[in-house]
Amino acid sequence: MSQFLSKHNSVRPTRRRFLVGAGVTTAGLAVGYRLVLAASDIAQTTTAKVQANPFQTYVEITKENRIIIYSSQFEMGQGSYFGIATLVMEELDGDWAQVDVVGGYGNTALYGNVAWGGAAQATGGSTSMSSSWERYRKAGAAARALLVAAAAQRWDVPAGEIKVASGVVSHASGMQARYGDLAEAAAGMPVPDDVPLKPRDKWAQIGSDSLKRYDSAGKTNGAQTYTIDLMMEGLQTAVMIHPPKFGAEIESFDATKAKALDGIVDVVQTPRGIAVVGRDTWTALKGRDLVEVTWNEEKAEERGTAEIMAEYNKAADDLGAATARDDGNTPAAFASAEKIIEGHYEFPYLVHASIEPLNAAARINEDGTIDVWGGHQMPDLYQAAAAQVGGTTPDKVRLHVMKTGGSFGRRAVLDADVIIEAVSTARALGRGKPVKVQWTRENDMRGGRYRPAYVHAVKAGLDKKGNVVALHDHIVGQSVLGGSTSAAMIKNGIDPTSVEGATNLPYAIPNLKVELTTTDVNIPVLWWRSVGSTHTAYAVETLIDELAAAANRDPVDFRLSMLGHHPRHAAVLKVAAEKAGWDKPLPEGRFRGVALHESLSTYVADVVEITLNDENGFKVDRVVCAVDCGTAINPDQIRAQMEGGIGFGLGAILQEELTLKGGVVDQENYDTYTPLRIEQMPRVEVHIVPSEEPPTGVGEPGVPPIGPAVANALRAATGKTIRKLPIIKNMSGMTP
Amino acid sequence: MVAFTLNGEARTLDVDPEMPLLWAVRDVIGLTGTKFGCGLAQCGACTVHVNGMPTRSCQTAVGDIEGASITTIEGVSGKIGETVQAVWAEFDVPQCGYCQSGQIMSAVALLTETPKPTDDDIDSAMSGNLCRCATYHRIRAAIHETANRLET
Repeated sequence: MSQFLSKHNSVRPTRRRFLVGAGVTTAGLAVGYRLVLAASDIAQTTTAKVQANPFQTYVEITKENRIIIYSSQFEMGQGSYFGIATLVMEELDGDWAQVDVVGGYGNTALYGNVAWGGAAQATGGSTSMSSSWERYRKAGAAARALLVAAAAQRWDVPAGEIKVASGVVSHASGMQARYGDLAEAAAGMPVPDDVPLKPRDKWAQIGSDSLKRYDSAGKTNGAQTYTIDLMMEGLQTAVMIHPPKFGAEIESFDATKAKALDGIVDVVQTPRGIAVVGRDTWTALKGRDLVEVTWNEEKAEERGTAEIMAEYNKAADDLGAATARDDGNTPAAFASAEKIIEGHYEFPYLVHASIEPLNAAARINEDGTIDVWGGHQMPDLYQAAAAQVGGTTPDKVRLHVMKTGGSFGRRAVLDADVIIEAVSTARALGRGKPVKVQWTRENDMRGGRYRPAYVHAVKAGLDKKGNVVALHDHIVGQSVLGGSTSAAMIKNGIDPTSVEGATNLPYAIPNLKVELTTTDVNIPVLWWRSVGSTHTAYAVETLIDELAAAANRDPVDFRLSMLGHHPRHAAVLKVAAEKAGWDKPLPEGRFRGVALHESLSTYVADVVEITLNDENGFKVDRVVCAVDCGTAINPDQIRAQMEGGIGFGLGAILQEELTLKGGVVDQENYDTYTPLRIEQMPRVEVHIVPSEEPPTGVGEPGVPPIGPAVANALRAATGKTIRKLPIIKNMSGMTP
Repeated sequence: MVAFTLNGEARTLDVDPEMPLLWAVRDVIGLTGTKFGCGLAQCGACTVHVNGMPTRSCQTAVGDIEGASITTIEGVSGKIGETVQAVWAEFDVPQCGYCQSGQIMSAVALLTETPKPTDDDIDSAMSGNLCRCATYHRIRAAIHETANRLET
């Protein structure tokens, strides 16, 4: 995903024009279009599109009357396929029973992420709807126009008299046809220069509250298949042995006993560990126990999280290595401030912990081409990585974009980890021998790519009137982008994903400084649902709440008084407060907290209610969430993503933490790394603020505000802010 | 050789008796609706019914199911099961969907035992089923709705 980021400024098309391309396929009508890029980009685009694969289109209508939509965006549960299908169907007026969505790949000109400048295909940053908004509506509209033109010619009637509804093209004379009947003729029609899109007041699909996902049924009866479910002739299963510490390497290994086990096919060294290949998963697991490995730990990370956090806390009190924002004069403002609040926040490493552990399957074919099945969230990168490991060129790599049992960022990994394992194992097995690499939960939890641990040293000052005059936040932690192919994104020592959410603070604070010290720790890290905002929102929003208390101001009014230039922030805050009954008294033992955060151009405010219980603990009872994500495409999915984001974020701040001792990860499974369970899930109400702005994303922005909102409710109850996460482990001794 | 009933059909399996039922059902028999998530009975993605009881198939050895009646997600039938599935889709409960086979097996068992569950009943019966997408809010609503429909 960061390939985009790195090219964000240089490759953004300076002008974009909609060119419809249509053609006859063996199947019927295929509609695509190309972005016309600025002249300087053409060379690059040409190189990128030299890919041999069947997906050169957005919408295909088959003679069998199927509507096949080729999605540029990856589906990991967040509903991107449904959203994209909604955009197409709005303009195409098809019948949802006709719809299939499959993952397109291998043509950056066609599938490049528009929201990031179009230079590569990838899914992330909650950009799927903003990237697809024009592209897929125009594709649907173009397909519809061609079907109408074909019908007009066939029936010899004016195109303007033709009606299209629910997958049927008809004329008042009584003539009618299914899309499939017209597909071949439509493909031969002259392509219109441009196709007008429906005006907002004619929308029937976009914004419909009653429209349901087309893909739910298969997820209720076991029919939906994921990478783990792949079946094909001759498929073997491999399980992995990874280094016990990050940076350790294989010195030698003895697979004699494992290979002697009935059903073990081979034991293979890959660039990332040892693959034990068996006829089924259980056999491979038994074989794995028999492999003896000697590790070379010379380059291994030997620190534990206790040492790492101690180093971070120390570094946080020093000057920052780089300055991300510096408004006014913070030292002078602090010197004259009436009241100062300061302290350190500590954020642990977090695991994505999707329930489908990482996996991928690969086959080197007899002709040397390679098939790779998996959660291809970054297809351009994975195609290139598979080609490199497989000893061929990217155009010889066929990707099969599988549905995935969660990602939360983990399937968008710059080193293509499990893809490399699968392709190198397949290569070792030889041509025509497919293999699926399946990680166990332990592989997944100990395999790295965590949300980095961070320390924030914060300081804020109030003047005599209770106004915030200065805020200083020094963030210490690893860079997600550092050392990756996207390291070029780091400008002047600032990885923007480390400081986002702090540098773009919406509150009117005249003296504001954000510093960053990027650390060198050999623990692999990655973006984790809402990335920088997972920690910056917590630090900033709990600090603002503490300042409100110190100024003796209401937390909602206090925030609103500093949001004069940010009406969208203010609007979601007002809606959440109003719907939650912020001004109404609560029963004894019940407390409220509020938090507000914009991430990835979506604005979310949460008001939570908690109840303290006798065991010195608490329960989150209710969350009222207000969201402004621009034009609401699928309102019920926006609600679903806010609900899910709240549950995901709540589990993290309450009780998720990955720790290491002597370089070894302590947690292995869900017994010690503990996502939220149902009994901890609050009631959630989501209110969508009406908007006619272009759509932004909802996959991630539901996560950041829940943590600080809960912490602020706890502060309301106990008078103390919990600055070290996770909360439950660190709240002992807190009493109301 | 182990003989048992799977989704109403008599079956035999000639595998390592220590093989977890999960891998036998998925890799040997080829029914992949039952999912692997942890291998430690911590996540519930592998939940099946053994003689009607919701059971983690990752911790159930094939050697221990002689004579048992096993139901997987593919074998869900009857008024309760079908209503659960229909409401699940209608409420758009699933996001990624990966854990939902297990959720549904646990929900069907709950509603069979307790036709009108309270929130506490639901929390206690469903606590063993993790959903990383955190669809819990809708799971609760869907179970209540199913109970209401089955009542009438």
